[in-house]
Amino acid sequence: MSSGTLSSPRGSFVHGLGSWTLDAVAGAGDLALFALRMLRCLFDRSRGRSAALECTYRIGVLSVPVVMVTGAFIGMVLAVQAYDQFRLMHLETRLGAVINISLVKELGPVMAAIMLAGRVGSAMAAELGTMRVTEQIEALRALGANPIRHLVVPRFLACALMIPLLTAVADLVGSVGGWFFSTQVLGINSFHYWHHAYQYVTAYDVLCGLVKSVFFGGAIALVACHRGFHCGAGAEGVGRAATEAFVLSFVSILGLDFVLGMLVNNLYYTVWANATTLM
Amino acid sequence: MPEPLIELRHVSRRFGDTEVLRGLNLSVRAGETLVVIGESGCGKSVTLKLMMALLPPSEGDVLWQGRPLAARREREIARERLRFGYLFQGAALFDSLDVYENVAFGLRQNTDLAEPAIREIVLERLREVGLPASVCPRKPAELSGGMKKRVGLARALALSPEVMFYDEPTTGLDPIMSDVINELILRIQATRPVTSVVVTHDMRTVRKVADRVAMLHPLARLPPDEPQIVFEGTADEAFATDDRRVRQFLAGEAGERIQELTAA
Repeated sequence: MSSGTLSSPRGSFVHGLGSWTLDAVAGAGDLALFALRMLRCLFDRSRGRSAALECTYRIGVLSVPVVMVTGAFIGMVLAVQAYDQFRLMHLETRLGAVINISLVKELGPVMAAIMLAGRVGSAMAAELGTMRVTEQIEALRALGANPIRHLVVPRFLACALMIPLLTAVADLVGSVGGWFFSTQVLGINSFHYWHHAYQYVTAYDVLCGLVKSVFFGGAIALVACHRGFHCGAGAEGVGRAATEAFVLSFVSILGLDFVLGMLVNNLYYTVWANATTLM
Repeated sequence: MPEPLIELRHVSRRFGDTEVLRGLNLSVRAGETLVVIGESGCGKSVTLKLMMALLPPSEGDVLWQGRPLAARREREIARERLRFGYLFQGAALFDSLDVYENVAFGLRQNTDLAEPAIREIVLERLREVGLPASVCPRKPAELSGGMKKRVGLARALALSPEVMFYDEPTTGLDPIMSDVINELILRIQATRPVTSVVVTHDMRTVRKVADRVAMLHPLARLPPDEPQIVFEGTADEAFATDDRRVRQFLAGEAGERIQELTAA
């Protein structure tokens, strides 16, 4: 058989799928190499002004209001959605357990990460993309600075270290929001609400949520910086880098959440082998 | 003849499927001012970045003082690169830093100088390019094109480089500011033992600063067996050459390329 009959014509579905797969594999490999270079620079203590503190302020402190607002609404929405089902079973007071466990294990870390990806990830990709387009990244190299150490490491550290605090804020405000709506609007008894919450939510659940968030923060910074460093030419390239940074961060957060969720469960059953439930 | 300071040997560079440079041979000798001219997109800036090791070649070797970069470690290249200063086409000033911090960046990054010494050098370099100390707190967005270029030049000179690369130093500037930049290049050459490589379209720059001129031709319109450097010689030889492509470029005449407009 000639090679001509084996190959698919350009523009065909098979050709497109093959091309997309190759691009995806090459992109993943490039991101992995980028992450390795960043990790190597993480422990490099060469001189030069560090922007870590400034990044920490921009990424962490300035994200607090949006995370608080999101957390409060998530807590209240959980109460609204779960109330009817629980009332049918006369288990309204158990809402405290459901809302708080959902918040600390899943919604707090994931929503804080999504807010961070939207507010900070896209901005980082656009900022670094603009620096690339205007040759500022090359100027850093020309002046003896390692662009990864100078630009990526502070952003990675700020994201990975600040996101557990943002998650804790989201958990706390969400918890208060859920309590407020459940007790003040839906009329659930406050004592029983908190009693069930204390009974079911363990420190392990809270800790798992916070640890997961560190991975989310690291992934957001890496994906956003990688997109910025590989930004195409002009305003269109910068815009595309910002969009790609958010979409890829979002997918990474959900993918990591799934994998880490499984790992955390397996770890729980391995360490506490006799446990029949997670609570 | 002494060994070239920088040498490109059979260098090719591709971006995806597009070949920009093919089998390029070009050397820079210590103390000279080499001006590289050629049409937009012919690979002049890429040549400069290859010389500075800001880009790796797809094929061929880049040599610094006779030693190929391929035989050096990345850390060594980064350290050696500090002997070179680079004035970027758009100045490439760091947006987030003010003028003072931009000029001081290389000093902070690569030396242990105390703040008073850094301040002294920054103000001296700014003075050298004709800027007063009052511009120090201004951000790049608040500067005119000519000022940006001069701050970029001050930043490149801060570490007292042995070789200066200028990527289209006068592009986008008015004729007076262009002449100011040309005069600055000449002044830098006169006051320091510096080797310069200038990429430009500006014939006044060629006449004013060049010891030697090399002209690149776009690969798209070059026969496959012809070298990409279609002219190499002094500025006077360039203006006296019979080569149609060089004469046309130096005179700024569209020639047969006007047919592209009528054909479109």
